[in-house]
Amino acid sequence: MALEMPTERWSGKLNTVTIGAGTRTSVVTVGGETTLPFLKFEGETPNPPVVAMEVLDVPLADIPPALAEPFGDVVNDPAAWARKCVDEFGAEMICLRFAGANPEGADKSPDECKAVLQSVLQAVGVPLIIWGCGNFEKDNNLIPVLSQAAAGERCLLGSAVQDNYKTIAACSLADGHLVIGEAPLDIQIQKQVNILLTDMGVSTENIVMYQTTGGLGYGVEYAYSIMERTRLAALSGDKMMSMPMLAVVGSECWKTKEARLSEDVAPEWGDAAVRGPIWEATTANLFLHGGADILVMWHPQAVAQVKRTISELTGEGL
Amino acid sequence: MIVIGERLNGMFKDVGKAIVEQDGAVIQDLAKRQLEAGANVLDLNVGPTAEDAVGAMKWLVETTRQVTDAPLAIDSTKVDVIRTGVELGGPTSMINSSPGDEAKLDTYMPLAAEFGCDIVCLTIDEKGIPRDANGRMEIAMRIVEKAMLNGVDLQRIYIDPVIIPCNVPDAGHHPGEVLETIRQVKLISDPPPKTTLGLSNVSQGTSERHLINRTYLVMCLAAGLDSAIVDPLDTELMNAVITADLLMNRSVYCDDFLRAHRR
Repeated sequence: MALEMPTERWSGKLNTVTIGAGTRTSVVTVGGETTLPFLKFEGETPNPPVVAMEVLDVPLADIPPALAEPFGDVVNDPAAWARKCVDEFGAEMICLRFAGANPEGADKSPDECKAVLQSVLQAVGVPLIIWGCGNFEKDNNLIPVLSQAAAGERCLLGSAVQDNYKTIAACSLADGHLVIGEAPLDIQIQKQVNILLTDMGVSTENIVMYQTTGGLGYGVEYAYSIMERTRLAALSGDKMMSMPMLAVVGSECWKTKEARLSEDVAPEWGDAAVRGPIWEATTANLFLHGGADILVMWHPQAVAQVKRTISELTGEGL
Repeated sequence: MIVIGERLNGMFKDVGKAIVEQDGAVIQDLAKRQLEAGANVLDLNVGPTAEDAVGAMKWLVETTRQVTDAPLAIDSTKVDVIRTGVELGGPTSMINSSPGDEAKLDTYMPLAAEFGCDIVCLTIDEKGIPRDANGRMEIAMRIVEKAMLNGVDLQRIYIDPVIIPCNVPDAGHHPGEVLETIRQVKLISDPPPKTTLGLSNVSQGTSERHLINRTYLVMCLAAGLDSAIVDPLDTELMNAVITADLLMNRSVYCDDFLRAHRR
């Protein structure tokens, strides 16, 4: 007798979100799932998760050799860095983060940042995630300039939080972009941010959710359970929790000592050139199973491994 | 909770008049307003005034269908009226309702099987409404048996334990017996049938109807009620439903949870 697979009948479905338009030569569509991640026997996963690679407007300070090596000199040139990520490492999106705009760091002006954005828009055809520096006051001056410079490109603007969402929501409406709604590992605040964004007129199809994720070993289980709970709420029909999710993997992982330390300092942990990418890939795989639709990553080896996993889990044969 | 909107009923003066005068705008407006207020299913009942009940139901279904594809609960005590409504309403329709005596179940259950639609069955039979939960469960068992004999999926069965007004002399124990029935129905089978309740009857002829309705509805939800036939335009009642769903962990809290639900 054939074994019948027990399945759940869900009433909800994730929103389908399309990023990229205008001069972009490719677009990314995520969401639309009607089941938990990769349960092909139960429901549909019409759009496999995608990998975005992160590019910074300023070179990374204190970059560990294992991470520096695959990029070489391009980390000093955001456009070349982005191009390398797309052409050589298969990035489906570029996440351009303006860390250099932070007043506590390089304090780059909005115009300097705009020039960087324009060079990256020219250099690559994939859709962009444009992320501010995290300082509310600065971002509220910076994001409008960047948003306008990329008008019509359907970029994903990051990020709207409960205490600072109006500027970014207005920019998305004015210039035709999407918004990342961010919450600090808190499903209730995530829902509230989504409500606030829709109050401003942002459509639910133009929102991607981001719970501040951590790296493996640093609260990653908690992030996983929050993401899983979010997906369950969406599948149960909660329209205010039905947006696709994004997870920041690379920058979180490469903060950890497990990814960073050289084998001279920690010989028992093995080859640092292998260990770091594994740390990042493992974290990313975990978030894939939690329900992430967009993974923001750094190391090309980790990216390759995760893309292989996505293709195996969503492709034929399983 | 699955909200079955009760307002499209000829017992209400505005609807009764609209049916007699074939004033579609009144019907369509009420249909839309109930759906916007959170109704999942619209109950349609031509009421006592229509001379040609079959014709009136046909008109009512067609008029409603012009503005919505939402499931319709075809509400009548006449089998030909129900058949007409379900035929026009499509497979998402709900038969509302069959009494729980043998003869009536033998009429309506095959109809549910034929159209593949949901059916509300009342725990009332030729002897009337049982005094207690045991009597109601006896009828509920008969309903489940008839469903199985006719090949109707038990999750399409909505058992209504029939509440009587709380001000009826010597009937004060009924609300408690109905609560107990709601709990016990969930033990009949796996998966169990669903439960529903024609709620407004509990407050018939009382003062503070709205307060009694919403208080009792929340009690029933806590006992496991899946659905109720209610007035979705009663905002305070719907607020109570949304809040009860939240407290039953069926939705995620946020500060604007009432608005979030209504989006």
